[in-house]
Amino acid sequence: MPTTEPTKDQLLALYERMLLIRRMEERLRADAAAGNLPGAVHLYIGQEAIATGVCARLRDTDLITSTHRGHGHFLAKGGDPKAMMAEIWAKRTGICKGMGGSMHVADFSKGILGANGIVGGGFAIATGAALAIKLTHDTRVSVAFFGDGAANQGVFMECLNVSSLWKLPLVFVCEHNQFSEFTPSVDITSGDIADRARAFKIPTTVVDGNDVVAVWQAAGEAIERARSGDGPCFIQAHTYRIQGHLEAEDLFLAGGKYREKQEIDEWRKRDPVERQKQRLLAAGVRPDDLQAMDARIARTVEQAVQFAQESEPADPELAFDLMFVGQKA
Amino acid sequence: MARKRMIPAINEALVEEMSRDPKVIVYGEDVELAIMGDTRGLLDKFGRDRIRNTPICEATLTGMAVGAAAAGCRVVVHMMFSNFLYTGFDAIANQMAKLRLMTGGQAVMPITVIASYGGGGSNAAQHSDSGYPALVNLGGVNVVMPATPADAKGLLKTAIRGNNPTFFMEAGGRGGEMGEVPDGDYTVPFGKAATVREGKDVTIIAFGSMLKPAVEAAKKLESSGIEAELIDPRTLVPLDEEALVAAARKTGRVVIVDEARDRCSVASHIAAVLADKAFGSLKAPVKRVTVPNVCMPYAPNAEKRMIPDADRIARVATETARA
Ligand SMILES: Cc1ncc(C[n+]2csc(CCOP(=O)(O)OP(=O)(O)O)c2C)c(N)n1
Repeated sequence: MPTTEPTKDQLLALYERMLLIRRMEERLRADAAAGNLPGAVHLYIGQEAIATGVCARLRDTDLITSTHRGHGHFLAKGGDPKAMMAEIWAKRTGICKGMGGSMHVADFSKGILGANGIVGGGFAIATGAALAIKLTHDTRVSVAFFGDGAANQGVFMECLNVSSLWKLPLVFVCEHNQFSEFTPSVDITSGDIADRARAFKIPTTVVDGNDVVAVWQAAGEAIERARSGDGPCFIQAHTYRIQGHLEAEDLFLAGGKYREKQEIDEWRKRDPVERQKQRLLAAGVRPDDLQAMDARIARTVEQAVQFAQESEPADPELAFDLMFVGQKA
Repeated sequence: MARKRMIPAINEALVEEMSRDPKVIVYGEDVELAIMGDTRGLLDKFGRDRIRNTPICEATLTGMAVGAAAAGCRVVVHMMFSNFLYTGFDAIANQMAKLRLMTGGQAVMPITVIASYGGGGSNAAQHSDSGYPALVNLGGVNVVMPATPADAKGLLKTAIRGNNPTFFMEAGGRGGEMGEVPDGDYTVPFGKAATVREGKDVTIIAFGSMLKPAVEAAKKLESSGIEAELIDPRTLVPLDEEALVAAARKTGRVVIVDEARDRCSVASHIAAVLADKAFGSLKAPVKRVTVPNVCMPYAPNAEKRMIPDADRIARVATETARA
C-alpha cells in the first residue's frame, strides 16, 4: 500500500490536537502539584502523537479502549475538555458525574469506552466490541490502546489469538514508553512485544511513536485493513514517559531511583509536539498562526478549568441510582 | 516498645522473617523500589534471589505461589491493591483454597498474600474495594486484618511461618497509623480477638481500617454516658467466635463495623453467628455499619458518604445502646 502524505490542513489538525492534550496535561500537572486534584493523576506528556495519530484516522462511531493514562485518548477521540476537567476535579458536571475520575474518563457517545484502572482491562473489551461489529456486519473498528507493561498480562495473548482467528476489526496499539511504574520494561519483558502479535499472524508495524505523521500513516493502513474485514493489526509505537508514573511519584520513591535525568532530557529533544511544530514551520506555516493556535488552546484549557472550579461537587446520592439501569442499589 | 507506623512495622516483619528463614521469598509488581513502601530496602539486604519485581501478570503471580510452595519455598506475594486479587483470582479460588483437600492433605502451602484494601484516597472503584468477604467465603484460606502496627508485625510473622495460604490485608491510606510495637521477636496468634476497651452498655466489633473510627466513636459515646466494649477479631479466618459471642452476651447490644459492602459482608456473617449463638442474651437487633451496596465513587465527598466514620458508628451505637 502506498503511504499517504497528510495535507497541510491535516498536519495542522494533528498539531492542534496534540497541543490541546499537552496544554491540558500541563495544567493538570500544575493543579496536581498544587493539591487541587483528589486521587492519582497519570499524565500523557510525551506520548501525544500516538493517541492523536491513531484517532485522527477514526470515525466518531469507532470504538476505543484506553488505560489509566487515558486523558490523551479521551481528547484525541473527541472528548470534551470541559467535561474531562470537571471529572478530574470530582464535579457533578464531569463526564462520569464525578464517579470515575482521572483513571476512568469515558464518553460512550464518542466511542470512548473508557480509561481503565485495571492494567490490561481494555484488551477483552476492545476484542468484544470488535466481535459485535463483526457479527452485526457493521463497518466500525475497535482500537485497544495499551502500555508495554500491559502486554505481559495473559489476556493480551488470548485477545491476539481470538481476534486473529476470527478476523476481528481490531487494532492493537502498544504504546511502548519503556516503563511499568518504576520497573524498566526490559527487566520484566522477554523478547519484542511486536513478535507476540507476529506469532499470531497479525500484521505488525513498528513506528516512531514521537512522530505523529508516522503514527498517522501506520494507523491509516491498519484501520483500513481492519475495516475491510481482513482481521486485526498491531502497531507498536516507541515513545517515552516524560512525567513520573503518577504525579508526586517522588513521594512513593522515597529517594529511590529507576531512571536517569539525563535519559529524560534526551527524550525531551524528541518531543512529539515540538517536532510537529518544526515540520509545520518548514512547510511554510507562519509562526504567528501557530501562536494564535496556542492562545486559542490556552483559552480552551482555561475555560475547562473555570468550568470545573465553578461546578458543584459530585452528588453522593447519585451513586445509588448509577449502579444499575432502572434499579436502585 | 517503640512507637512506629504500620508500614515500617510490616517491613520489619518481612526483614526478620527473611533473615530467619532462607526459604522465604518475596515477589510482586514493583516490590523492589516498593511502590507500597512495605518492601523497601529488601532488595539491598537480600538480593534478587529472595525478592524480585515481576511483570504485570496477576493470574501467574498467584498460581506461581502454589508451585513455589510445592517446591519448597515460603512465598510472600505482594498484590499491591486488593482489586488486583481479582485479576489473580483463579489460582486463589481454584488452586490455593482447594488443593489441600483435593490432594487428600498432601499439599502444604506456606503462602502469604499481601494486599492493600479500602477507599479514602479518591482512587475510584477499581482501586478501593475491600474484597476480603470473597476470600473469607472461599473456605481454604486464612484472612488477617491488622488494625495496629503491633498486630500487623505479629500477624505477618505468624502468616509467614504458617503452613496455610494467608491473606494479609493492609488497610490502604491508613498505614501511617502510629502505635507501640514490642521490641524483639514476637508473634500474634490467629483466631484470638483483642479486647481494645471494656464497657457494659454496647459492644462494638471492628477490625482493620475500621478500628480507628470505632475507637473515636467509643470516646464520643463516653461523653454521652455510654460505655462501649470494643473488640477486634484481628483475623477473620480463623474467627474467634467464642470471644465475639462472650462480648455480645456481656452487653446484649452489638454494632459491627466493616469497610466491605454490606451485602454478604463480614459484618453480616458475624451478625449471623451472634444471632445463632448469643440470641438469648441480645436486647436489641444486631446492627451493621458498612459501606452501602455501591462501588466506591471517586469524588471525595461521595467517598466520605460511603465509608463508615466515627460519627456514623457513634450514632448507630447510641441508638443500639438505648434501644
Ligand atoms: C491489574 C493491575 N495490576 C497492576 C496495576 C498497577 N499499575 C498501574 S499502572 C501500572 C504500570 C502499567 O504500565 P504500562 O502498561 O506500560 O502503562 P504506562 O503506565 O507505562 O502508561 C501498574 C503495574 C493495575 N492498575 N492493574
